[in-house]
Amino acid sequence: MTSSVGAPREPAGTGERPPARDDLEEIELSLLLEGVYRQYGFDFREYAPASLRRRVWRRIHAEGLTTVSALQDKLLHDQACMERLLLDLSINVTAMFRDPTFYVAFRDKVVPALRTYPFTRIWVAGCSTGEEVYSLAILLQEEKLYDRTRIYATDINEAVLERARGGVFPLDKMREYTQNYIKAGGKQAFSEYYLAKYDGAQFQRSLTENVVFAQHNLVSDRSFNEFNVIICRNVMIYFDRTLQDRVHRLFYESLATFGVLGLGHKESIRFSPHEGGYEELDPSEKLYRRID
Amino acid sequence: MLGLVVVGASWGGLQALGRVLSDLPREFDLPVVIAQHRHPGSQEGTLAQLLQKQIDRPVLEAEDKLRIEPRHVYVAPPDYHLLVERGFFALSVDDRVRYARPSIDVLFESAADAYGDGVIGIILTGANDDGARGLARIKELGGVALIQDPAAAVRRAMPDAAIAATVADAILPLEDIGLYVHELWVRSSGARETA
Repeated sequence: MTSSVGAPREPAGTGERPPARDDLEEIELSLLLEGVYRQYGFDFREYAPASLRRRVWRRIHAEGLTTVSALQDKLLHDQACMERLLLDLSINVTAMFRDPTFYVAFRDKVVPALRTYPFTRIWVAGCSTGEEVYSLAILLQEEKLYDRTRIYATDINEAVLERARGGVFPLDKMREYTQNYIKAGGKQAFSEYYLAKYDGAQFQRSLTENVVFAQHNLVSDRSFNEFNVIICRNVMIYFDRTLQDRVHRLFYESLATFGVLGLGHKESIRFSPHEGGYEELDPSEKLYRRID
Repeated sequence: MLGLVVVGASWGGLQALGRVLSDLPREFDLPVVIAQHRHPGSQEGTLAQLLQKQIDRPVLEAEDKLRIEPRHVYVAPPDYHLLVERGFFALSVDDRVRYARPSIDVLFESAADAYGDGVIGIILTGANDDGARGLARIKELGGVALIQDPAAAVRRAMPDAAIAATVADAILPLEDIGLYVHELWVRSSGARETA
């Protein structure tokens, strides 16, 4: 070993840190989730721990509290506090035409198949505040397919669905969304789709004419129709493997033969038990087609 | 026992990362996970490809639930937070943390929570204070905190912020970091073998 590097200090041993602090936090967290489930029926027990913990701590700080247990106490006795946590845990930040190349691939590889169907049912699962739903509706309008399509947009949280129905998005996002729209192969001027008002950009009502917004919980609810396309991007990254497998089964069972599943860029069916039931339609855009 | 190296870098990071990684001797087998700030529109895979040109060990862009393998180098994908669970990755698209996604704090804090005193955290050059809290968290849970000497960094704000936030185990010139990390690992594996 070169001496210029000097002698590293030994990494601090386990004796130096506060004992079992995180084991305790783990107990607190699992008690909180159990309490939320039993009192309110929302089951977050199979969410991925690392991001769940961050979101819970953000709520702890926002409530002016200092421990997971204190939040549990407040949640169980104060429904308004539970609603705030539910927003924290269920809002998935997204953008219109996020990952524009996904929409390019959708136009090139999914739209031609949809043209052969008399009628198309699309499920946007975990639609949050609706940015993807509006993006998809715009794309389908431009491809002249919208009139024979129904989009089912679902989310666990009624409050975000209400916002999605409203179709108002922040004005300061329009520049970014316009760029995304152009890169996504948009065929018009993006500004034709919304009206700039003082509180935001109000998107055209015609975009939601064929959209059904409905509450659906991927953790506990069953399939409710047969679909030609299911889009669920960056939703399952918040789930642990067991829950992911279950939701993959739900999607597989909900897709018609040759139905298409669209996931986020960094998600994969490679680890799921249903991998064999699909072929890759576009591996880098994570578009898969059910083949049996 | 050491299990993971996490590295945070921003302005000037690509070159610094290349140097640190190529200084790691071949037998060094800890996984290295990198959060490098990037423009949200940056092309996927590019950072991994650029690093791959400079080093022998496999460089991958992390995917959701991907298993963490020895000797591999992983980079956070653009516009996602990268989190570490014990043995695999998790992603999130939650809000930017201090204007950054990926956030170095998010990666470091999750690594500390998952690997405790088995983490080495390294803060390199950068023009903001991301990573300072995460490095403090690593230190708090018994891990090792290393910081690039701000005097010679392309941008010193990030090392300075890290120095202010925690008591570092070492503040080193860029060219000494790889060997220092290697020596920590040798000692840690030696301790394991003689235990």
